[in-house]
This record gives sequence, structure tokens and C-alpha cells, in this order.
Amino acid sequence: MKTLHKFHGGVHPPEHKAESNGLPIAAAPLPRRLVVPLRQHIGAPARAVVKVGDRVLKGQMIGAADGFISAAVHAPTSGIVSAVDLHAVPHPSALPDLCITIEADGEERWIEHQPLDYLAAGRDAVRARLRDFGVVGLGGAVFPTSVKLDPCALKIGTLVLNGAECEPWITSDDRLMRERAAEIVEGIKIMTHLVQPEQVLIGIENNKPEAVAAMRTACRDTGFQVMAVPTQYPGGGEKQLIQVLTGKEVPSGGRPANIGVLCANTGTAYTVHRAVNHGEPVISRVVTVTGNVEKPQNFEVLIGTPIGEVVQLAGGAKTGTSHYILGGPMMGFDLNNLATPLAKAVNCVIAASPALFPPKPAAVPCIRCGQCAQVCPCSLQPMELFWFSQSRNFDKARGYNLFDCIECGCCSYVCPSHIPLVSYYRFAKSEIAAQEREKRAAEQAKARFEFKQLREEREKAEKAARFAEKAAAAKATAGAEGEDPAAAAKKAAIQAAVERAKAKKAEAAAQAAGQCDVTPMAAVETPAESLSPCPLPPTGEGDLEPLRDGSLNPTESP
Amino acid sequence: MSSPHVLTPGSSVSRIMLTVLAALLPAIAAYVYFFGPAILISLTLASITALAAEAAVLRLRDFPVKYFLFDGSALLTAWLLALSIPPLAPWWLIVVGTAFAIVVAKHLYGGLGNNLFNPAMAGFAVLMISFPSFMTHWPTPLTLAQHTVGLGDALQVYFSGGLPGARLDAVTMATPLDTLKTQLSLQHTMDEVKRMPIFGTFGGKGTETVATMYLLGGLFLLRKRIITWHTPVSFLVALIAISAFFNSVDASRYATPLFHLFTGGALLGAFFIATDYVTAPVTPRGKLIFGAGVGVLEYLIRVFGGYPDGIAFSVLIMNAAVPLIDAYTQPRVYGHNTGATP
Ligand code: SF4
Ligand code: SF4
Repeated sequence: MKTLHKFHGGVHPPEHKAESNGLPIAAAPLPRRLVVPLRQHIGAPARAVVKVGDRVLKGQMIGAADGFISAAVHAPTSGIVSAVDLHAVPHPSALPDLCITIEADGEERWIEHQPLDYLAAGRDAVRARLRDFGVVGLGGAVFPTSVKLDPCALKIGTLVLNGAECEPWITSDDRLMRERAAEIVEGIKIMTHLVQPEQVLIGIENNKPEAVAAMRTACRDTGFQVMAVPTQYPGGGEKQLIQVLTGKEVPSGGRPANIGVLCANTGTAYTVHRAVNHGEPVISRVVTVTGNVEKPQNFEVLIGTPIGEVVQLAGGAKTGTSHYILGGPMMGFDLNNLATPLAKAVNCVIAASPALFPPKPAAVPCIRCGQCAQVCPCSLQPMELFWFSQSRNFDKARGYNLFDCIECGCCSYVCPSHIPLVSYYRFAKSEIAAQEREKRAAEQAKARFEFKQLREEREKAEKAARFAEKAAAAKATAGAEGEDPAAAAKKAAIQAAVERAKAKKAEAAAQAAGQCDVTPMAAVETPAESLSPCPLPPTGEGDLEPLRDGSLNPTESP
Repeated sequence: MSSPHVLTPGSSVSRIMLTVLAALLPAIAAYVYFFGPAILISLTLASITALAAEAAVLRLRDFPVKYFLFDGSALLTAWLLALSIPPLAPWWLIVVGTAFAIVVAKHLYGGLGNNLFNPAMAGFAVLMISFPSFMTHWPTPLTLAQHTVGLGDALQVYFSGGLPGARLDAVTMATPLDTLKTQLSLQHTMDEVKRMPIFGTFGGKGTETVATMYLLGGLFLLRKRIITWHTPVSFLVALIAISAFFNSVDASRYATPLFHLFTGGALLGAFFIATDYVTAPVTPRGKLIFGAGVGVLEYLIRVFGGYPDGIAFSVLIMNAAVPLIDAYTQPRVYGHNTGATP
């Protein structure tokens, strides 16, 4: 048995797993209408490939992956497309986003299932399958799995499967591992085929003994090692789990592949299996419905189901429910609108009541007790980050490694002064991102201006050249033996060519600067997992850039 | 509402402060047992002054008075100061010291969480410098006094400045530390001095028990995770090391580590004063440096300096270095300097 390592800090919030982990996953009934967001993953949103009035089949692609970091989305049932427009989506920003609405016809007519023989097909074909079947990381960060399983030139020694599920209340992975371990293992086999790791480590927190046992049974004869890791939040954070299992740290600003590790969620492995071996795209997911509801349980719910209906599956909210939390209590966010559809990233819906989630007392000044630093899994100094964030001293905050913060919330959880520390970090991060954007916009404007100047100069030069040519021609027709004018014309022509080349260069620069329009959602994306993608092909597809510059690799250019 | 949606149940600033106050109770009980009830008057006076001063300043600064007044921080400052200065002193001494601690050392520096210097020790330093004569007369242990000082007598000392029938000198005396220093300067050897009745088994009579109670209170705080081990351990190790060194050089002139540990403010300082959140470093290595610094300075001041004990000045000196210590002892952040490159 491999020895386990430790990560710094961590907390033990009440687990509240027993409420929902006792019952098996139940299938949710078909809703009348489904609203499928086109952006359910990190990267470029999918491009709608259906229009209003189209008839679609269950599993039919309705949004195609657009660009390298992207994934497709599919019709969760058969029916008619009734809208392609902005709709509330489950995202902390609460901004509406483009969605495709499908009126279910109730027939559940499937597309033809086309399994892929992954051993026979090339690796690129398997990755294309994952991308076109909408497979993304289901641990919360929803990074396209096709990209993640493409380590480029990097050698992957260890594939880590994350079944830790460290957030309180959530039990969807727990149930999935208990009930569908064999299928998860099939998915892991596909992953290992793609990245050829030397070892596969499956990390599960030891508060899930049934899941550990089920996975151990399923992993027999595979060489995959199931490791029960200590229950300690945020032990399921990608960086922390990697540290616990391998003893290695993901370099700041880098990604696990830099240390030869890939990390994927066990739920993702399940969808990999369904997509490859069964030809089923990701049109549903297991979600925990818990908290102040009548019958907490896990349900397999179609993507696009209104969350209000998801709550009804568990018997509805009990009296006293004040609001709903999507995700866990440590990193989840408030739901503003029950019509918001379920998306791939949503693993849990918690009905919150003042009894279960007491209102937070007002904040008092930081007393530098240091408890936040003691629990920070990144060994940051949260009180300093707070100090410099609230005083808008962003350079200093950066100097204290603000961008290494994974927003796990441990610091806020223990702070006796009840300071909403994570909110300050988010604020500072988005302010810094905004400043960077402004800086880039200014550079872009400068490049444009220079380009304009060059163009004007070029036009002037060309004019002069034309004039000189004309003059020379005039002289020639006049019969004079003028060598001078011809030489002048030649010179002017060369000059014009040089200017053209210069202008072209400036144009390219202006374009490069123009690639950086950060979309509002990308800017507020929380880096729950390290997300920096492989070196991207310089395709000039603008919306990919900000992910690298704005929120993913922010520590690179302090 | 933003994440996290849950907080540690019951954790609050006032809970921390109240726990620290509770940890002082055994020592206060021992104090009363050995030296009479006078300390209770000091504590009460200091508490009232601290709360009044805190309320006044909060009002002036337009802070929600009720909200902050009972966070316990002012009370803790008051108690630490009261325990550091001699009881049986005129009432205004403790009032002036406490008021200075709260108004100047705490609030003029920005209030809770912002003050550079430990308020209680700043108050102590001001009294020590301004009214040194009142700061050296400590109550005689009851077992040695010819005259016991009851609550009524004590009140009389506080508010009318003397005792009828018995002179104040009869019930007060210099501290064991002070006595040792004076006697040694009179060329008496350690053995002769230590035979004086004021000295107990390993420290001063009575004071050694009070010190033991501070130690127990400190262990309680460690257990409750209110303080970490770094500061007290480095403080005490430094104090033991330097006193052991001098003691080994000349045992007839330099007292044993045990004596230094259990006299004066050493244990109070190690567990309750040098561990003050606001004015001590937050990094683990910073705490080690800070504690060791206070320990060494404490010894140098009490043995070679002009004051009977060094805890206040050593803490204040080290307070000034805290920003620097913190800045240079930042822990390695996850994913930094691991050798791997992104
Ligand atoms: S836990 Fe809160 S009060 Fe304590 S140092 Fe951190 S931010 Fe300050
Ligand atoms: S939220 Fe950030 S600063 Fe706070 S404990 Fe987590 S990683 Fe550390």
C-alpha cells in the first residue's frame, strides 16, 4: 500500500452526508420543457447547430464544440426547439446566457447509438468523441475532458481519479461509486488508454467506506489502486488530493501535467464510458437534493431540467426554506431563480433554512489570530490577502500570492471575526482582471493608432510614387533622356513596399491585442481546479485567450 | 450571500477573549490566596476604566458601541495590566495605566486589530517610567506578613493612600526578583540570598504558585487552540537557555533557570502577553523569533537592566519588529519553489 501524504491546514465542517446517501440514485421523470445552456464548460461556448422549430432526437447534438477548448451540448430528450435565447443559468455571476429550449414530445426517441472501439480507433478519434459527446469534468470545474486527456508532449506518470467528495452535504459521487463502480472503471480504462500512465490512483475520503469497497471490487485485476484518504476539507481539491496521493505539488500557475499527473473526477470517468462504449452523450447527471427538503436523495436528472422541479423530486422544500445553494456549502453559490436549469456543473442542490445555515454575524476587525493561515491548504496568509484586498492594494495582494488561492473558504470558515474573506479575494481578483483588460485595451488602441499612422504614411508614399511615375512617364514621352526620374520612381516604389510590410506587421499586432476580450463569465470563473490548457494553437480565436491570460494563469505576469 | 455558507459554530472574537480571561482565573485565585484580596480591587478598577474608556472612544469614533464594547478585548487588556502592576497602590495608578492602554496604545493606533504595541504593556511602561516608586512595592505573602490585609484595609490603601495603625511598608515589599538583584549588588551570594524567607521552593514564595497557575492556564489555551505552541515554547526555551548559560558561568551571581521561569512575569508573559494576536507575528517562524527575542530581552533587562522585571519592555521592543518579522518569515506557498515549472 502506498503511503499517504498530508496537505497543510484544512477544516472539518459537519459532514451531513447521511441525510442523502442512504437511498439509491433515482431516475427523474421527464420534464415538459428543458433549457440547455450552450456554455456548460470552461472555454468557448458551444455553437448552436439547431434553430427554432427544429425537431431533435434525444442525444442529438444541438450545440457544437467551438474551438479547441470547448465541448458539445445535446438534446436531453426528443422534442422541438422552441427558443434559442438568453436564459438564467446556474452561475455565480447570475448573468443570463445563451440557451436552447426544447419542448419535450414525451417520446424519448434516441439517436442511433454508435459505440466506439477505443482500442482500435486512434487516440485523437477518442478525444474527438469525448468533445463531441459533451464530456467535461463533473467535479465542478467542467473543463473539457478531451483537452485534459491530451497531455501534449508531457509524460503522465500518474492518473488520479477524484472520488474524494470533500464538500459537506454532497453524496452524488458516493452513490455513483457504490452503484456504478464497474462502469466508472471502464471509463478509467479509456482514460488510461489515452494518457498511458504508470499508475492509477483513485482517492476516496474514508467517510465513504461503501464506495471504497465497491471501487476496490471493481478495480480487481486492473492494477488501479483505490486509496481511502482522510476526511478533511478540501481534500477533494485537485491540488490537495494530488498532494495527498503523490506527495507532489502542482507548480504555481501550472497544471498537474507539469508534474506528470492528470486528475479527473470519478463521475467524469463514468460519462467517458457512456460516451465511448455506449455512444451516449452527456445529457444527464447525478445530483444530490438535500438540506431542508422532505426526502433528501440523489437523482439522475436530465440536463436542462428547471432546478425548481429538481427540488420537487425530493418531496419539495420544507417550510422555513429561505434560499437554495447550488454545490456544497463551502464553495457553492446562491440560486436566484428556480427556473434556472440544471447544468453539467451542478452536483448538489441544498434547500437552506436559517436553522441549517444560520445567518452570518456581522464582521468585526481582523484580530490577526492567524487561524485562517493555520487552515489554508495553500499555506497562504489570508489575513494579509484580506488586508491588501480591502485596501485595494492589489499589487501587494498579488505579492502575497492572491492567485494561488483556490477559494476553498477554509479561512472564512474559521475566522472568529466573521470576515467574508473569500468575497474580498474574488473582488480583488476580478479587479485585477479588469485592470489587465484595460491595460490590454490601451495597448490595443495604441497598436491601432500606430497602424493608422503607418497606413497614412503608406498612402502618402504611394501617392508620391504614383506622382513620380507619372512625372517620369511624362518626361519620357517628352523625349528627354531622363535616367533620374526613372530611378526616383523605382525608389518610391521600394519605399512603398517597405511601408506596406510595416503596416502589415502593425496590423498583426493590433489583431493580437484584439484577441483579448474577456467574456464576463470567464472572468469570474473560480479556479477550483487548475485549468491552464495545453499550449494553444495561435488560431486568433479571441475568446480562448482570456482564459489563459485573465483567470487561468494569472500568476505568470506579476 | 457568498461562500462559504457555513462558519465554525460558536467561534467569535468575544469567545476567544472570554476563554483567555477564564484561563487567568486560577492564577487570580492563587493570587488572592497568597496575597489577599487586594488584586480583586485592582482588577475591578482596571475593568471599569477599560470599559468606560473603550465606550468613550468608540462613541467618539462613531463605532457601534454595544457591538464592540463586549468583545472582551478591552477587559483582557485591563486584566493583563492589573496582574502586571502591584496591588495595594493608589487607585489612580491603575486607572491612568488602563486609560492610556485603551485610549492611546489601542485606539490612537487604529483600534482593535491595528495597534502595533501591546496595550497592556504600553500602559505598564508608562506607569513604570512615570511612577516608578509605586511600581516596586508588592504585597507581602500573607504567611510572612505581620499584619493581614483584608478587603476593607485594601480599599483603604487604594482610596486614602495608607493604612491606619500599620504602615504600608509593613504589608508590602520588593519582589523576589528585585530582592535578588538588590542583595546580589550588596555582594551577598546566591545561597545567602535564597535563604531569605521571601523565596519559596524554586521561585518567590506565593509567586511561584501564581506562576504555576499561569502555566496551567496557558496549557489550557494551547489545548483550546487559542494560542499555538510556538511563542511560549521559544520564549521559555530562550529564557532557560540564557539563564542556564549565565548560571553555569557563575552560579553564585546568576540564578537558576527554574528561578527565572517562576518569578516575575515570565510565565504570564510567555502564555498571555507575548501571544497577543494583534501585536505578535502571525507566521509560525515569526512566532519562534518573536518568542525567543522576548525571552532573551526579558532576561537581559531583569538581570542587567535598571528595572525589576523586563517583560513589558522586551515585549514592546519586539512588537516594533513584528511587521519586519512577519514579512521575512512568510511560509512557502503551495506550488512555489518545488522545483517543478509550469
Ligand atoms: S481568522 Fe479572521 S481574524 Fe483571524 S487572522 Fe484571519 S482574518 Fe484575521
Ligand atoms: S480561500 Fe484561499 S486563502 Fe482562504 S483558505 Fe482557501 S486557499 Fe487559503
